[in-house]
Amino acid sequence: MTPGRRSRTSRVVVVTLLFLFSAAFLAPFVWLISTSLKPIEQTLSLPVTIIPRAYYASIGGQRVEVTLDFQVTQTGAVARVLDGDDKGRQLFVDDAQLAANPLHFAVIHAVPAGSWHVSQRFDHELGEMGPAPAWDIVPRAQIESKVKFRWSNYPRALASLGGGEQTGRKRVDFWTYLGNSLTVAVLGVIGTVISNAIIAYGFARLKWRGRDAFFAVTLATMMVPFPVLMVPLYGVFRAFGMIGTLLPLWLPAWFGSAFNIFLMRQFFRTIPEELSEAARIDGCSEWRIFWRIIIPLSTPVLVVVALFHFIFVWNDFLAPLLYLTRKDTYTLALALQSYESQNGGVQWHYLMAASAVTILPVIVLFLFAQKTFIRGIATTGSKS
Amino acid sequence: MTRTERKELRKGLGFTGLWIIGLAAFTAYPVVASLYYSFCDYSILKSPVWCGIENYQQLVQDGLFWKSLRNTLFYAGLSVPLGTVVALGLAVLLNCDVRGKSAFRLLFFMPSIVPVVASAMLWLWIFNGEYGLMNGVLNPILAPFGLHGPAWLADPTWSKPALVIMSLWGTGNAMVIYLAGLQNVPAELYEAAEIDGANAWQRFVHVTLPAIAPVVAFNAIMALIGAMQLFAQAYIMSEGANGNGNASDGNPARSTLFYTIYLFSTAFQDLRMGYASAMAYILFIITAGLTWLAARFARGRYEDAL
Repeated sequence: MTPGRRSRTSRVVVVTLLFLFSAAFLAPFVWLISTSLKPIEQTLSLPVTIIPRAYYASIGGQRVEVTLDFQVTQTGAVARVLDGDDKGRQLFVDDAQLAANPLHFAVIHAVPAGSWHVSQRFDHELGEMGPAPAWDIVPRAQIESKVKFRWSNYPRALASLGGGEQTGRKRVDFWTYLGNSLTVAVLGVIGTVISNAIIAYGFARLKWRGRDAFFAVTLATMMVPFPVLMVPLYGVFRAFGMIGTLLPLWLPAWFGSAFNIFLMRQFFRTIPEELSEAARIDGCSEWRIFWRIIIPLSTPVLVVVALFHFIFVWNDFLAPLLYLTRKDTYTLALALQSYESQNGGVQWHYLMAASAVTILPVIVLFLFAQKTFIRGIATTGSKS
Repeated sequence: MTRTERKELRKGLGFTGLWIIGLAAFTAYPVVASLYYSFCDYSILKSPVWCGIENYQQLVQDGLFWKSLRNTLFYAGLSVPLGTVVALGLAVLLNCDVRGKSAFRLLFFMPSIVPVVASAMLWLWIFNGEYGLMNGVLNPILAPFGLHGPAWLADPTWSKPALVIMSLWGTGNAMVIYLAGLQNVPAELYEAAEIDGANAWQRFVHVTLPAIAPVVAFNAIMALIGAMQLFAQAYIMSEGANGNGNASDGNPARSTLFYTIYLFSTAFQDLRMGYASAMAYILFIITAGLTWLAARFARGRYEDAL
């Protein structure tokens, strides 16, 4: 085999595998978006479909949007009852019933095998619920189907996420949760970047007794699992009256964290020492050197730390679950879980729409900064 | 200490001052307090009362403690090796010279930044036994054999494997790290191996693997530490799939009662914080052992840093 041919076959294998994996990694996203754009009955029907649709058929001579209720297996007819308790009702009778009581029914139209029972579709969420929706049984060929995305699921999902609850004078809704998440994220990111930069400078660019030992201790704290800290931390925040507020979620970020100190220190050490020396000879204070020389040269690492922290906070579930007690302080992530646990698993279309909205900010942020991001992760190797 | 030394020390402490406070308040104090509580009878409502090693004695006899530990080890034992293989496999594929590499990398990485609550909702729906995507795909394949997909999260046998499958979706992070490791393997090594007549598989086993083994081992142990602390997905999905009942019950049939979930409910629902602290310390010791192992594999990594 020539080298050229061998590399061509292996290339085909590689590309095939890549596409298979891509399909597997993409499928959950497709399912998320697909469900979020379906009407409820299409999320709860078999076989599973991906493309959200709208169906149209004639009921009583009017072309309306319908739901496909079930397939009728027998042949028979749609007929009106002529006497008895059900007089005047329209129903389906199969051939045998019709043959047994021909005088009991007035046939409206015959039903060929494999027809579908369809009902006029009402927008339940808009309160358009009629007493009994009009229905008919029609052959599949007479049902028209079109691709239709129900974007209206999104505003409705967000509205029901809040549950319209009132706490004091404040109405708790999606915007409250978004505001809480943003508050925690923004205050946390600012605190993380500022505090860790200052601290890392002390470890990276200054020489002082005990520095290396202190840094070793700092690294060691990275291995302490959060569950070990959970109980006493709760006690600390409780003692300061911070339980039920957003403070425990962003305040600690202003006091440094081992991982970020490590990351920034690594970066600061790559900046040539001569720059600082020259400034020191010119009589610059350390603070000025930090602020005027080191910080302007460190944008990449500052961005990485800010991004990591934003995503960490946005995605965090355990800490909000621990510290937040009232609905009006919930972050988006906690609100989503609380919505799911209260409404059970029925309104999947809303749940997926709300999830998609929760995911969107991190995906957008990531797409804008993906290079910085991936480089950041690749250089750390230990961020989980 | 000379005057300059003292001045330097003051500067150093000045810059690291925030961290000294942070370290003391948010790590050092909790670590010590947690150890103390583990020897106490303590609920947050009353002050702790010393009770010696009673908590630890009770733990040894606590069936749920062992159950949660077994569940956690089962999950970790499946998700970590599988996750490592998938991440490494993807990294090797992406290290080949193919078009559209960055688009693939983007796609594989993206799930790992999806908020855990959102991905828990999504996978809860995917694993829905009746209308979910997973069985929607599996059932047509299994039908000829007279089988159908399980109820996944509502079935004690399949609830943990379901969480493992979900975890594989998030391996993009490790993939990026491995990819960086692969790109650091010197090209001459491959050329030399090729000249010696090594085929692609032999090159992978004899060149690639030894070169990135330390990175893989380090990250696998980090993943193991993470898996030992599994909480959010299991907490959300167990309740979501099994309805009524408490999110910390580990339904169905306690098959998703993981270590941290049991710890959480002991501490914050039963308010047995001393007992929970004892559990936390056992986790701490296991983690410390694993970290020591990871540090051995990564020797040089942090030493470079110092």
